[in-house]
Amino acid sequence: MRATVWVAGFLVLVLVVAAYGSQELLQLQTDDKQWVMPGKDYSQTRFSTLSQINPRNVKNLRPAWTFSTGTLRGHEGAPLVVGDTMYVHTSFPNNVYALDLKGPDVGRIKWAYLPKQDPSVQAVACCDNVNRGLSFADGKVFLSQLDGHLVALDAKTGKEAWKVQNADPKVGATMTSAPHIYKDKVIVGVSGGEFGVRGHVTAYNVKDGQQVWRAYSMGPDEDLLLADDFNQANPHFGQRKQGTETWQGDQWKTGGGTTWGWYAFDPQLNLFYYGTGNPSTWNPSQRPGDNKWSMTIFARDVDTGKAKWGYQMTPWDAWDYDGVNEMILADLKIGGKPVKALVHFDRNGFGYTLDRTNGSLLVAEKFDPAVNWATGVDKKTGRPIEVAAMRTEAGKNSQGVCPAALGSKDQQPASFSPRTSLFYVPTNHVCMDYEPFEVKYTAGQPYVGATLRMFPGPGGHMGAVIAWDAATGKIVWSNKERFSAWSGTLVTATDLVFYGTLEGYMKALDAKTGKELWRFKTPSGIIGNPITYIGPDGKQYVAILSGVGGWAGIGLAAGLEGDSEGLGAVGAYKKLAEYTTLGGVLTVFSLP
Amino acid sequence: MKRIMVVAVVLTFALSLASATRAQQTPGQAASAAFRVCADPNNLPYSNDKLEGFENKIAALFAKDLGTTATYTWWPDRRGFIRNTLRANQCDVVIGVPNGYDQVRWTTPYYRSSYAFVFVKEGKFRVRSWDDERLRHARIGVIAATPPADALIKKGLMGNVAAYRLTIDYTTEYPGKIVDDVAAGKIDLAIVWGPVAGYFAKKAAVPVEVVAVPPLEGVPVPFTYAISMGVRKRDKDRQEQLEALLRKHETQIRTILVEYGVPLVEGPLVRKPDEEKRGVVGERYQ
Repeated sequence: MRATVWVAGFLVLVLVVAAYGSQELLQLQTDDKQWVMPGKDYSQTRFSTLSQINPRNVKNLRPAWTFSTGTLRGHEGAPLVVGDTMYVHTSFPNNVYALDLKGPDVGRIKWAYLPKQDPSVQAVACCDNVNRGLSFADGKVFLSQLDGHLVALDAKTGKEAWKVQNADPKVGATMTSAPHIYKDKVIVGVSGGEFGVRGHVTAYNVKDGQQVWRAYSMGPDEDLLLADDFNQANPHFGQRKQGTETWQGDQWKTGGGTTWGWYAFDPQLNLFYYGTGNPSTWNPSQRPGDNKWSMTIFARDVDTGKAKWGYQMTPWDAWDYDGVNEMILADLKIGGKPVKALVHFDRNGFGYTLDRTNGSLLVAEKFDPAVNWATGVDKKTGRPIEVAAMRTEAGKNSQGVCPAALGSKDQQPASFSPRTSLFYVPTNHVCMDYEPFEVKYTAGQPYVGATLRMFPGPGGHMGAVIAWDAATGKIVWSNKERFSAWSGTLVTATDLVFYGTLEGYMKALDAKTGKELWRFKTPSGIIGNPITYIGPDGKQYVAILSGVGGWAGIGLAAGLEGDSEGLGAVGAYKKLAEYTTLGGVLTVFSLP
Repeated sequence: MKRIMVVAVVLTFALSLASATRAQQTPGQAASAAFRVCADPNNLPYSNDKLEGFENKIAALFAKDLGTTATYTWWPDRRGFIRNTLRANQCDVVIGVPNGYDQVRWTTPYYRSSYAFVFVKEGKFRVRSWDDERLRHARIGVIAATPPADALIKKGLMGNVAAYRLTIDYTTEYPGKIVDDVAAGKIDLAIVWGPVAGYFAKKAAVPVEVVAVPPLEGVPVPFTYAISMGVRKRDKDRQEQLEALLRKHETQIRTILVEYGVPLVEGPLVRKPDEEKRGVVGERYQ
């Protein structure tokens, strides 16, 4: 029976590879035996129909095999499973391994791609030289390298099919996010907002790497690629010329708004969705204005790059709440009516539900009750209702701002189960004192920057995994974590939610209640995203990369030194070092 | 890069052996004998890997006093610099940090400078005041994020600004470009941090003047900053060692600074007190 299913799956694979192009991924993503794109499917649900592992037997889950990635820095993202091969990426220098899932030597390295990158690009990378993984299409595996190169590898041999430069690290632009493949295009973003990079998304042909279009986050309308009917349904969000007129002078040229998150795609609407990051420079008093279109959810046509709508969540950002977090597409019922929704959990602490056809704002509620920089979002204008005391500005110390700059949630992606109609969201529960008057020094030039002093939010814990009802904007359950929940989540048709913790525990919760059903301590803290697949032996596997780092490894470990030990948070963070140390390892679990 | 690091490590080891035999040492020297400096390989007038910057000269002066030579860990001076060098224990001393820079333990400052108007001496934009009408018609060069931007926003002059990047391509660009653009007439005026302004003005193709900017009412951001040395937060011994060296070599340091054209702002140099604050200092995440 299992064998039959596998053979059938294989046939499907053969057929779609033959009919490559826009149909290929559409079909592949419906085969839950594989995990062919970072978010599992175009909608980024991270939902799998696999059901061998269920709430009754999950307690028996144990490691089947492991693989050392050989690199030490933070491991975000997840492997891909295509056919009987698993593709694993590493942190800098962004090695790629193709692992054989067939026995007898499961995990044998079929090929390795070891890019030679100038080590000096690490100096440019903001935080920890992370990489968020690979994409697959047309017999190729796609990798975004830290040094700004987008590389297409032959999935069979690991040989470079083509390679283009998308970002210039010498001026601070790097690439950390996974490429996204929609139809015949690879779409990639850029990192480096703090260096004054002007963010953009760019489409390349899957076939040959030819650039098709590039759309900037700010600047003149022709750079933004606005459709003629841009924001027609919501003119109050802003339409023409906003990319320059909401800035002083030519500040938009170094305006930030980078694009390093997880995108989603609706093939019916032909629109893809992504968020832009914080405006540059650091100091909000130096860039008065809404700073559009930083902090914005954009919907763009895949073929032309033209923006159909854009909604700015945090105008004139003063907290560093990048708007890049994952976009999840789900068909929900809101007030009894079916809605083609886009759901987004922003760094700013609000869970947004929008009509993805036109950008209309339907729900915007706090997904951590601690959020205090705004009391809510005005549904009519779409603007946050700010608390004046919490807006950081020159000469003012803003104390106890929640969330901290790293957000109520960072890039670690949530999942959506159509069975429960709930979203499973890994969150941070960390607040900050924001002192914009701290003196900084870059390239030998003193200036006034901001120092963020972070500490646990009310209750003393630093994170939680929550179940969220995006139709009403309510938390259904919340499972507290000692440290921030810095891993993505996975939800299955058996109502299991998988995620990892900074201490290194891989956990399974009951999706209905949040009750913990299983845990296993992996070799290092987890900031990667769990996946599930069926191996050639017909068994269901769950895989996760551990390898602490990212913000957790740098912001915490490096920030610790000598700084106010004994003042609560430091003690709490310091504990992380008691649980884990660096090192990338893939752990694959199965039932006995 | 790698080769330089290896050489530096070997050198450090050899020198620590050599200096172990020396008896005479500056008071407060309890830390290891090698003088290990964290510095930018390409950031004149401060430092470069040919040891041509004024920070290189000061480091050499101190190392000599300690009976050793300065060894270097090179890293571009931008975010991650302290994390990857000083905190990673690759080196022990950063020669220039602002007084009160909370990434490090700072010493008593050893000089103070100011942001300055930079203009062609014989030109039309000899601006010395924020109220000068000529600012309205000038193309003004400013490095993004630096304090003059606050003043220009206050004055409603952002529309006149030519923005220069704070972090540049460290392989092909140089921080003095903004001053050279003034000399070449590409911009009418620049407002630049003193040491950069003074050094490149001295070398400019036409005579260029550097005038400290005055304070501006309603702009709380300071334009003058005192500069200290930095060590790891717990490295109090080394701080004391440096304090002693700074006092001992005050005159020579001043001579070096003047030689490099650093505009000095007079006044008492007082160390900002240490601060105990709650929480963990965060870095922005991407």
